[in-house]
Amino acid sequence: MLEIKDLHASIGGVEILKGMNLLVNPGEVHAIMGPNGSGKSTLANVLAGHPSYTATSGQIIFEGEDLLSMLPENRARAGLFLCFQHPTEVPGVRLDHFMRAGFNAIQKSKGLAEMDVLKFDKFLNEKVGIVEMDRNLTKRSVNEGFSGGEKKRNEILQMAIFDPKLSILDEPDSGLDVDALRIVAEGINHLRSPQKSVILVTHYQRILNYVVPDKVHVLIQGRIVKSGDKDLAREIESQGYDHLGNSAESLQPSR
Amino acid sequence: MKDVRVMTQSPATQESAYLTALESLEKNGYDTDPAWARDLRKEAMSKFQGLGFPIARRGNEEWKYTDIGPIAKAKFQLSSSAVQSLVNAKSVEMSSLGEKSWSQMVFVDGSYVEELSSVSSLPAGVMVVNLTEAMRSVPELVQGHLAHYADYEANAFTALNTAFIHEGVFIHVPDDILVEEPVRLLFLSTSKDEETVSQPRVLIVVGKNSKATVIDGYGGVSDGRYFSNCVTEVVVGDGSRVEYYKVQQQSDKAFHITTTDVSLGRDSYFSSINIDMGGKLVRNNLNVLTEDEGSSCVLNGLYLVNGTQHVDNQVIIDHAKPYTTSRELYKGILDGKARSVFHGSIIVREGAVKVDANQVDKNLLLSDEAEADTKPAFWVYCDDVKCGHGAACGQMDEKALFYLRSRGIDEKTARGLLTRAFVSDVIQSIANESLRRQVDDLVQAKLQEWVAS
Repeated sequence: MLEIKDLHASIGGVEILKGMNLLVNPGEVHAIMGPNGSGKSTLANVLAGHPSYTATSGQIIFEGEDLLSMLPENRARAGLFLCFQHPTEVPGVRLDHFMRAGFNAIQKSKGLAEMDVLKFDKFLNEKVGIVEMDRNLTKRSVNEGFSGGEKKRNEILQMAIFDPKLSILDEPDSGLDVDALRIVAEGINHLRSPQKSVILVTHYQRILNYVVPDKVHVLIQGRIVKSGDKDLAREIESQGYDHLGNSAESLQPSR
Repeated sequence: MKDVRVMTQSPATQESAYLTALESLEKNGYDTDPAWARDLRKEAMSKFQGLGFPIARRGNEEWKYTDIGPIAKAKFQLSSSAVQSLVNAKSVEMSSLGEKSWSQMVFVDGSYVEELSSVSSLPAGVMVVNLTEAMRSVPELVQGHLAHYADYEANAFTALNTAFIHEGVFIHVPDDILVEEPVRLLFLSTSKDEETVSQPRVLIVVGKNSKATVIDGYGGVSDGRYFSNCVTEVVVGDGSRVEYYKVQQQSDKAFHITTTDVSLGRDSYFSSINIDMGGKLVRNNLNVLTEDEGSSCVLNGLYLVNGTQHVDNQVIIDHAKPYTTSRELYKGILDGKARSVFHGSIIVREGAVKVDANQVDKNLLLSDEAEADTKPAFWVYCDDVKCGHGAACGQMDEKALFYLRSRGIDEKTARGLLTRAFVSDVIQSIANESLRRQVDDLVQAKLQEWVAS
């Protein structure tokens, strides 16, 4: 599905990722954990093609293609989806119109039929239930005036709409109370399948109680310093990141 | 329509050329107007001669960002019937707004063209007539209002327009009448062998507890240069509601100056949406006076300019009475080397308690060379009021752009969506659905035209 090889990436001339490696197979859920500033969000943004981030060296292969040479829209069309940590407000663009525009752009790129308004409305009605979202919210401007929880649910709704092969969830748990967290986590679980993969970036272990990962990686100072199974997340929860930070230089990057 | 070619001599100044033109018209063409109208013109012309065009570049605060030198220098011809024949039903249809079935008065270079107009299905007592006719037949309804609101003593362009008051529009809605269907006005300018000047004049008088909607369109049938100097006066009676839309789609060489003065009665409501998409040099003066308590106004604007277009909006709201409310939302999209000016003044008079005024001007710059100047001003002489303003000027939101692209939408489409979205709140504020859809389409077509060029 995805292979990251010795990736170095920077923002504003400051190197954040310093030789990162990762292999994600179809059906796997990988949790990337790390303290603030470790490079988690940089990884998510580089994968989605955010223009502010520059991959200075290394390679990312997604479904056999060189991901770094692709425009953000083409990455989406190839089946990659970023669930934003801070979803952007887009005043004046209705959420349902926006989702239909994206959905149809992706359909068109695959040579599949586009959906008209009526058909898409019906499709949307089926999907909003997954995240228990008020359908009226989709008639408002994208994320404008949405609460933190509504924004996150909207991201998961879009994930359900676009049905990506690889979802990158950038701290989907931040700013959520326990109820909202459960709804978001259930939405993610609903979309798990043997063909689809998830990279879940998080600071805290709590969402991993709901979305059980196949692999857990610890990212510190731009490198993966330790990889393991779900127990690694519990270890971090009880012991923190500090004891791992010291061994950053000695551990082999995970493949 | 009369063939008038009186400005070909080379006078000392263009101001005196207008004087010569008027003197000639008073003998032939304007001679059948009532004496009071002739006196009014004479007085206004004398004021104009005294004022001259406001061309000074120093100490001329009111015209600081807008140099009307090109207008003052140009030799424009007053209307000529030869050119008017260029306009036919098709060109009218192309420039018309709203539904075909709605009444429409069509003017070409300032002259009423009856065969291209249709005024029908108005409630009994409502008048929509040529101003010339109204001055003659119902002076008692006209004389007390005409030139009473737009100040021709201090404003040169208003003086110039008033000096040529002859044809135009008089709309009169008596008390207690709801005119649900919009009335459309269409002023077309031509420019073929000669550059024309027209002085469109509109007087809208709405009585008490009545309602009217007016769509005022300005267009052209050639891509040449012409000058329209428009004055509109609107009187909104107690408890009445007037919606006024102005849509300007003239050529990108046109000079377009408008002055709109509005007087609001007790508990009345006035909304205006001013849309500029054409013109080389455009200046809109909008002055609203809340003459009695409880009146409110919503003044919105939209301008789409590129190339070397220049649009200047000057809005003055005079909150003379307590419990009056105003809302302003002006938005502009600028490309190329276009320039916009927004100068919004809010005056709150002594004793005008509980005034609630808010003003916003926002600009989206699509190029590095476009420039938007926005200058809010508050003159508040009362404590117990609420006044707010906001201004913004910037490039496209890169975060939003990436968000759209991350969902598979290509960059060009995403930029188009965001550009259109930027002005969507102004478009949504158009209460009339038919017009709203039409304006939305026009805006989209304009933006696509820019992308394609």
